[in-house]
Amino acid sequence: MIPELGTLAMVIALLLAAAQGFFGIAGAHWNRQSWMQAVGTAVTGVWVFVTFAFGILTYSFIVHDYSIAYVATNSNDELPLMYRIAAVWGAHEGSLLLWIEILSTWALLVAIFSKSLPVAFRARVLGVLGVIGVGFTSFTLLTSSPFLREIPAKLEGADLNPILQDPALAIHPPMLYMGYVGTSVAFAFAIAAMLSGRIDPSWSRWTRPWTVAAWMCLTVGIALGSWWAYYELGWGGWWFWDPVENASFMPWLASTALIHSLAVTEKRGLFKSWTLLLAIFAFSLSLVGTFLVRSGVLVSVHAFASDPQRGMFILGLLLFFIVGSLTLYAWRAPSLKMDGGFETVSRESFLLLNNALLFATALLILLGTLWPLFMDMFNLGKISVGPPYFNIVFLVPTLPLLVLMGVGMHAAWRRAALASRARMLWMIAGGAVLLALVITLGFYHSIGLPLTVVGFAGGLFVMGSALVDPVTRLRNRQPISRSALGMAVAHFGIGVFVIGISGVASYKIEKDVSMGPGDSTQIAGYTFNFKDTRTNVPGPNYVATQANVEITRDGAKVADLSTEKRQFKIQSMPMTHAGIAVAWNRDLFVALGDDLGANKWSMRLQYKPLVRYIWIGAVIVALGGLIAMMDRRYRAKVPVTEPATDAGAAGRVA
Amino acid sequence: MTPRRKRLFAILGILAGVGIATAVALKAFDNNLQYFYDPSEVASGKAPSDKAIRVGGMVTKGSVARAPGSLEISFVITDFAKNVTVKYNGVLPDLFREGQGIIAHGQLKDGVFVADEVLAKHDEKYMPPEVAKSLKKQAPAPAPEGRT
Repeated sequence: MIPELGTLAMVIALLLAAAQGFFGIAGAHWNRQSWMQAVGTAVTGVWVFVTFAFGILTYSFIVHDYSIAYVATNSNDELPLMYRIAAVWGAHEGSLLLWIEILSTWALLVAIFSKSLPVAFRARVLGVLGVIGVGFTSFTLLTSSPFLREIPAKLEGADLNPILQDPALAIHPPMLYMGYVGTSVAFAFAIAAMLSGRIDPSWSRWTRPWTVAAWMCLTVGIALGSWWAYYELGWGGWWFWDPVENASFMPWLASTALIHSLAVTEKRGLFKSWTLLLAIFAFSLSLVGTFLVRSGVLVSVHAFASDPQRGMFILGLLLFFIVGSLTLYAWRAPSLKMDGGFETVSRESFLLLNNALLFATALLILLGTLWPLFMDMFNLGKISVGPPYFNIVFLVPTLPLLVLMGVGMHAAWRRAALASRARMLWMIAGGAVLLALVITLGFYHSIGLPLTVVGFAGGLFVMGSALVDPVTRLRNRQPISRSALGMAVAHFGIGVFVIGISGVASYKIEKDVSMGPGDSTQIAGYTFNFKDTRTNVPGPNYVATQANVEITRDGAKVADLSTEKRQFKIQSMPMTHAGIAVAWNRDLFVALGDDLGANKWSMRLQYKPLVRYIWIGAVIVALGGLIAMMDRRYRAKVPVTEPATDAGAAGRVA
Repeated sequence: MTPRRKRLFAILGILAGVGIATAVALKAFDNNLQYFYDPSEVASGKAPSDKAIRVGGMVTKGSVARAPGSLEISFVITDFAKNVTVKYNGVLPDLFREGQGIIAHGQLKDGVFVADEVLAKHDEKYMPPEVAKSLKKQAPAPAPEGRT
């Protein structure tokens, strides 16, 4: 009875979403006030029923209702409560329900916080979100319902995939989805603008905080995934250029380009059609990403063929949104006029280059991600595109971007008089290069890879450059707007992130060894002493073999680590649990491999300098977004006009 | 700058960016495409030697051999028509076991595949798509269903 209520709630939510879409778009088109009034109610209704369905699935996991096929395949009596809840979005069907839940939550938030928008515009935005909701809810109901019964019910569930039983992974998907789905809000704003045929500075001002909010969630979501892969997969890598990772990174690049292009559209009324196009691309890439990951299209082309119904529905949805929005764009964009111009050296040109480079990076990654799929489809051989490809196509556009970022932050709108800041920037650049040499040669005693010094210097330059404005204002006791501070913080975070990558990529040491109790191995000046092993260490739903390793440096103890090989009972699947010793400048990483016989074990030992700064940097970046989002002008009920002056202080505030 | 000149500037900038990006991509592409071969293709000499490729198949039961205490391991992968011996020196993934589909990255040297990386996916029911396809081609029994 309970799961049927879930299905029923989904059906009602589908009908309400259809009403939301119809009343929103048609009501605005024919200017029917009562229709437009109804949209807000529909949004609330959709949210209530989707949340109810979501609650029912969660409840079914908590009470072990194995009569539901989805629960039976992804849970177990011994699965701890926290993971039973996280298991709701642990596989395809439930993650789609999460998608819809988050979409309806975004729509509800837009409805609540956009009461000051023109009625017709607000109705259109919510209407577009309703149409997206219809697409996804019907997809879930028709091909991927999590509420399907399995009669007779299993007595015991098949358990959640052990690699998903982890705290970071419990929050990673919701965070990532908030980012993915959040791009639909910017998309809805773009479509609404094209439907109404006008786009002005207030449009960008409405759109920006929503876009930044989604982008922030995406940033944190990706960082969580990377952190999880680092410690949970047992290999100590933080990014693999795996198709699934690329699927989340491409929308991030497009959203990053979008928030920068929105700044130009808001401040200067330029790049309007490009901004709209980016909003469409960011959402399209999110859709492509969600489906590549969730449908199994990319991991296995054959899953596509084995479930043609699901695959065709996916393609249909993708085509509808992408072709539909691009057609609308082709029809409406030419009517959006640009006003005003800018000089070659100006904030606008820097942001234009930022957009060109970020967009090119996203396209090159898309190419590498989809290429194997095309090759296989046309029987041209089975290939994979290796990480070196992605490293090159990522680094070539983004290294110049670092320099552009460091300089561009100080460029004024329209025409930048960089001369006044040139001395300071040269000093920071010189200091950064010097410090980079000190770090590489002085601290690590090696120049590293060809790009190591460039990476350190670039990261330090951006960090220093980002600090200039806040520090100057603080010293002169001038106020700083939250958006200017947010930008500085986010850019500073990028610098920190780059330092982390440079350090770990250049100086990491990874060593696979055969060790037994009493053996020791040295890497990077640290001695790893294998103390002992313990077998049959019990866990909630696994038993583990544990190895204890003591790490010393110059005779002094640094850390005691234990690493486990966990054997999960139900899925009869082993999982490595790594032992990690964290310090401000490095991680030491021990992962237990196999029993090699003769009382020896295979072990992977790693020295990971500065690796933490990758995730710390990402969190700082997201924090910058949060600060910028809270800028006063986004909360103003009355449109605030902030004319951009030639080179004045107001003009430099982004 | 007039709007017209500015647009020209913007278009030129984008074209230059796209041009450079394309050149970079093609170059990087050329060097980093790794082809996949199944054991039959390796046995018939279709797979090149001393070049980075990927091979994949089912680990033959009873073929995993190592000297006690040594990291070095050798095993045989099969598509049920032909076999290839794989040598590897390092920590194996958690899901590596006999009867499991795996993919190895490395080079073919004198008919033996010397792997620098062995991959088995995160799920016990998972079969790498390439392996599933080549097994389907050879074996009468249906290959296990893929699951992400």
